[in-house]
Amino acid sequence: MAEPQSSRTTSGGDGRLRNALGGVLCAFSLLLIGVLAFSIRLFSVIKYESVIHEFDPYFNYRVTQFLSKNGIYEFWNWFDDRTWYPLGRVIGGTVYPGLTLTAGTIWWLLNSLNIPLSVETVCVFTAPIFSANASWATYLLTKEAKGPGAGLMAATILAMVPSYISRSVAGSYDNEAVAIFALIFTFYLYVKTLNTGSLFYATLNALSYFYMVCSWGGYTFIINLIPMHVLLCIVTGRYSSRLYIAYAPLIVLGTLLAALVPVVGFNAVMTSEHFASFLVFLILHVVALVYYIKGLLTPRLFKVAMTFVVTVGLALCFAVAAILIALVASSPTKGWSGRSLSLLDPTYASKYIPIIASVSEHQPPTWPSYFMDINVLAFLVPAGIISCFLPLSDASSFLVLYLVTSVYFSGVMVRLMLVLAPAVCILSGIALSEAFGVLTRSMKFQRPTSDDGSSTAGDGSPNIPANSKAVSKEKPSKKNRNKEKDSEGSSSVDTRTEEKLLVLPCGPSAVGIMLLIILSGFYVVHCVWAAAEAYSAPSIVLTSRSHDGLHVFDDFREAYGWLRHNTGADDKVASWWDYGYQTTAMANRTVIVDNNTWNNTHIATIGTAMASPEKAAWDILNSLDVKYVLVVFGGLIGYSSDDINKFLWMVRIGGGVFPHIKESDYLRDGNYRVDAHGTPTMLNSLMYKLCYYRFVETDGKGFDRVRRYEIGKKHFKLTHFEEVFTTHHWMVRIYKLKPQKNRVRGKLRLKSSSKTSSMRKTSGKKSPWH
Amino acid sequence: MPRATSDAKLLIQSLTKAYAATPTNLKIIDLYVICAVATALMQVAYMGLVGSFPFNSFLSGVLSCIGTAVLAVCLRIQVNKDNKEFKDLPPERAFADFILCNLVLHLVIMNFLG
Repeated sequence: MAEPQSSRTTSGGDGRLRNALGGVLCAFSLLLIGVLAFSIRLFSVIKYESVIHEFDPYFNYRVTQFLSKNGIYEFWNWFDDRTWYPLGRVIGGTVYPGLTLTAGTIWWLLNSLNIPLSVETVCVFTAPIFSANASWATYLLTKEAKGPGAGLMAATILAMVPSYISRSVAGSYDNEAVAIFALIFTFYLYVKTLNTGSLFYATLNALSYFYMVCSWGGYTFIINLIPMHVLLCIVTGRYSSRLYIAYAPLIVLGTLLAALVPVVGFNAVMTSEHFASFLVFLILHVVALVYYIKGLLTPRLFKVAMTFVVTVGLALCFAVAAILIALVASSPTKGWSGRSLSLLDPTYASKYIPIIASVSEHQPPTWPSYFMDINVLAFLVPAGIISCFLPLSDASSFLVLYLVTSVYFSGVMVRLMLVLAPAVCILSGIALSEAFGVLTRSMKFQRPTSDDGSSTAGDGSPNIPANSKAVSKEKPSKKNRNKEKDSEGSSSVDTRTEEKLLVLPCGPSAVGIMLLIILSGFYVVHCVWAAAEAYSAPSIVLTSRSHDGLHVFDDFREAYGWLRHNTGADDKVASWWDYGYQTTAMANRTVIVDNNTWNNTHIATIGTAMASPEKAAWDILNSLDVKYVLVVFGGLIGYSSDDINKFLWMVRIGGGVFPHIKESDYLRDGNYRVDAHGTPTMLNSLMYKLCYYRFVETDGKGFDRVRRYEIGKKHFKLTHFEEVFTTHHWMVRIYKLKPQKNRVRGKLRLKSSSKTSSMRKTSGKKSPWH
Repeated sequence: MPRATSDAKLLIQSLTKAYAATPTNLKIIDLYVICAVATALMQVAYMGLVGSFPFNSFLSGVLSCIGTAVLAVCLRIQVNKDNKEFKDLPPERAFADFILCNLVLHLVIMNFLG
């Protein structure tokens, strides 16, 4: 009698030791995953330099600089007069402060510890740090749903997935860098509250939701997904009191916290994006009340109560719904904002808001982009969905719902592939973990000599550790240790039936494990390639390889540097809105329009100016006090994202507000051409002239390397503008508005009245905004 | 219909009898919830009379009442001995969570009150 007991205690001690070892291995793996997530995003720093990328990050960087220099009160109340001249922009009320405050806090913390990192360095490396945090949050979320093995797998996959890397490389200092971490962490806390029913986690959930609202406009995804999940749970009969605790405090506290953020403000209670949460809040209370009364009454009386309530309740419901629908239908967009509407109806933006339609990130993705961005995971996901259903729990139903909705949204807008990334990573992690579990379990419970798999259960504990050492993979062996603990604790009968159900032959399972490892190897290779080659370009510096080595095109910074050092501090620079953020951040000059695109008419004014002939354009720009005009031209080196390729959007947006600009005037037979067949309106427009002025001097023939033909008008002079700077590769060209002549020749009746009358005559026709 | 009214009377009787059997601490929590919701309704009625400016004060007032009511319901769920899911949660822990959540709620309210 004493023998089995002592063996059980020693095996208990062994179990505890193995448990501790498993925990240490888990923590070490998580550390390595964090390091992996951080270092795979450093390719751009290694290949180029530690510089901020693209356009939007420059705005965030400028705001962080302001915050670090002037403190939080100045930042919160900041009115920026260096942009959207002459309107200015209320930065404090229109920016999502999460990212800036996070980076500002990190900078302040490091500086107070006497680690003197500059603001730029902190901004560049914020995204990799938070991607490490995001993979740890993924581990926590998947562990809540399926266990630590699946968690580690999902965390590893998320650390490397190209779609997330594309928006969080070192240098991509944009909202998504922090927001994806906040998203996953909020979901983790929600699932944790759902599983444990603890009000403490519900509070933390609300605070994490607050952080998400601070960080990104995509928080509306959370506040619509969680109500959908609650509704799903109610409808499938999985209502429990934990669901109430998980949802109701989140809504009340979350709405309040969302209303605290200035950019959301009262939209938290007034826009249709939040109505779903309130509706489900009411429904949840009704359901909770019904369950409570059901617990109080006998079944017969409950049926009576139900019939009584249903008749009265339905009438009330219809009345309230009618009022709500009347309220909502009275607003033209039914209460939704333009961006949300363009998500629900993909054709909405192209019809009504051309600016949203013109952004390349808002286009629907193509099939190859799915394979590029999530690679192998695209076909592991269905296996993950099946695995979530065996068994179905609240957490796994949440994961499936998250995946399905994010697949829809990623199909509408390529930018939202980013929201899809955590979902596919979690589900593929679950799938891979389950697959490894089944295969290694098959291998463990097979013995090559015996032909009866059930005889292994009869062996004592000493044989099982020997078997587990033979299976030398890290994560499967941890699962084996868990299984050993189970089998030692439970009776041997359970183990026998379990193996009988889930055992495959030994050879195929070994082959299966090898194939899965090779699959993961392909995934890793692809991710590293994507990170290094495809997603690490800083867009502000371009490189190209040719037979005589590596060429670096640093024209953008050259132009902004020239502006910074050679123009007056209060001079206004006009360019297309793409370059506004970079101009204010790097050149430190006032701009007319920038990437925030909040004022369509102002952008349309600039678009009209670019599309008008020289004199009309000069009038428009002079009315805005513009001194310098900046255009981006790629014809000399073959840079295809230049202003000539974007010109039709300028025409469309300008034509949307000023009807005298018609797109058909710029197209010859429906084709957009700037060669000899181009329309006269096109060849006389300011954009054409500013881009191609003196271009024929470069090669004598004016061959445009992007459009691949010779330009139409080759020799012309500029009457109202003068060229002040062209960068080394002709990528950025800066022109100055010529001041008006002091004397007007040949047109005078009276000097003063003739000038004003001639100005009025020309301005009255061409510039309707005077 | 007499049958409907007698059914309704029977219903209400059995409801009151079953409710009277609940322990006192739960009844106190229920009273608190009813008071909070009544306060919220009074605020909405006042808003209907006087207009909704300043809106943030109205919102914070109503949401604080509703919020504390919801948290009290959560406390009731966790403290209720008939609830099998929470049988190993000590009621002191439930109350501490309730206090913490209320603290956060009221901090936010005071900030938003304006």
